[in-house]
Amino acid sequence: MTPRLQSLIDALAGDPQADRAVPPTGFTARLTVLSAAAMAFLAVFALALSLATGRLADRWASELAQTSTLRISAPAGQMAAQTQAALAVLTTTPGVASARALTDDEQRALLAPWFGPDLPIETLPVPQLIEIVEDSAGYDATGLRARLSAEAPGAVLDDHTRWRAPLVEAASRLRLLGFTAMVLIAAATAAMITLAANAALAANAQVIRVMRLVGAQDTYIASAFVRRFTLRALIGATAGMVLGTLAVLLLPSTDAAGGFLTGLGFQGWHWLWPLIIPILAGVVAFVATRHAALRTLKEQS
Amino acid sequence: MIELDNAGYSYGGAEIFSALDLSLAPGSFHFLTGPSGAGKTTLLKLCYGELIATGGQVRLFGQDARALGRDQVAQMRRRIGVVHQDCQFLDHLSVAENIALPLTVSNRAAHPNDVTDLLGWVGLTRQANQRPPELSGGERQRAALARAVIMSPDVILADEPTGNVDWEMSQRLLSLLVELNKMGKTVLIATHDLSLIRTAKSQISARVLRLKDRKLQLAGADL
Repeated sequence: MTPRLQSLIDALAGDPQADRAVPPTGFTARLTVLSAAAMAFLAVFALALSLATGRLADRWASELAQTSTLRISAPAGQMAAQTQAALAVLTTTPGVASARALTDDEQRALLAPWFGPDLPIETLPVPQLIEIVEDSAGYDATGLRARLSAEAPGAVLDDHTRWRAPLVEAASRLRLLGFTAMVLIAAATAAMITLAANAALAANAQVIRVMRLVGAQDTYIASAFVRRFTLRALIGATAGMVLGTLAVLLLPSTDAAGGFLTGLGFQGWHWLWPLIIPILAGVVAFVATRHAALRTLKEQS
Repeated sequence: MIELDNAGYSYGGAEIFSALDLSLAPGSFHFLTGPSGAGKTTLLKLCYGELIATGGQVRLFGQDARALGRDQVAQMRRRIGVVHQDCQFLDHLSVAENIALPLTVSNRAAHPNDVTDLLGWVGLTRQANQRPPELSGGERQRAALARAVIMSPDVILADEPTGNVDWEMSQRLLSLLVELNKMGKTVLIATHDLSLIRTAKSQISARVLRLKDRKLQLAGADL
């Protein structure tokens, strides 16, 4: 093991003897643990939001980009003929991989969130929807609209461009917002721990004087505070992470929550992501406390 | 060991003292006396690197104190035992743990016998597990002395070590310091207790320095 690696491990492990040199501080210790727990709890949700919106953006981008919808609005007597004509046009259009008319059941399912499950769709003037799946090359939307206007005048082509772009944009913004929230949480944690460490250093001025008098180096004195605050942040963040993950786990399921909330939370191996939060909290606490302690000790000398 | 060469110290524009020359040779015994506020404590702080001279030069074990980094000063302090009048401890640790603190901060294992022997030497065996606030003034001074010598330093600096104790205890502390000097340690005691100085001079060869009017003088026969 290289000396540099060993010194890093020593710095992370700290010195229990040095830790013991600083008197226990029950109230501030509990506050630090509580704050770290609260931050970790929020970080779990920020992480879940980022991952979920990321998935949502990817799904919208890929699914909506590969599909289009043709809506046939025609008098009841012409509906079947125009549908067949439109399907005939579509099957001969380059770039269209497949096209099919949605069944009454499928159309009923689409309308169910607004009108309930027992909608008598056969008796209503509901437009016929045709789902178009593109191939990788895609089709010429302008040319297709021109051909459809001649063969099926009641057909309106929606290639999803109009609302796909803002949806993907919104999802991307949400993902960015989630990451920004995590960065802000880390920064707030660092600021909170720096303040707490500074308060602890000020409260233990006599301890520092005595340790200096007997020959303690700055790194040794700092290690007492670093070890203490790193452990507090680790413990608090672990508790907050566990509670946050449980809260995400208990969120309403996809079916119950409806379309917009689809996928909010973690999926698959993404459930492991929250484990990184206590580690990050520990690293943030280590760096913040060490920096604060060494700066304060330098100022006091 | 410790040398002051034309050293001076000013604070907030006020000159505490100037042009001081002092050399603490190995095994020597010095008293530093003078009126209150003359700068005895400041002079001692220059001797263990707590303060840096604003004029002249202070050399600690041959090295210019001004050129020492904070870690190097910490290393120096392991060779200089310091006893203050208002000796400070870590109040949440036991007396024994406080005495072993210099070993702890230098990552040296404290041999139980070392601490036990020292506690016996300063007469604090029964108080080993007590906390410092439970000790009397004299006991605190003896505990501070034990802490100052546990690293077997080359130099002992004591600032008014008998200021808060009765005559009997001051004699006991003095005898401990004399004993250390006979073991080869360099001792410098700042005090205005002339009777203590007279007692010491009857036992050992001690030089008495007087800090007065911002200058350091060798005290004469009036002592």
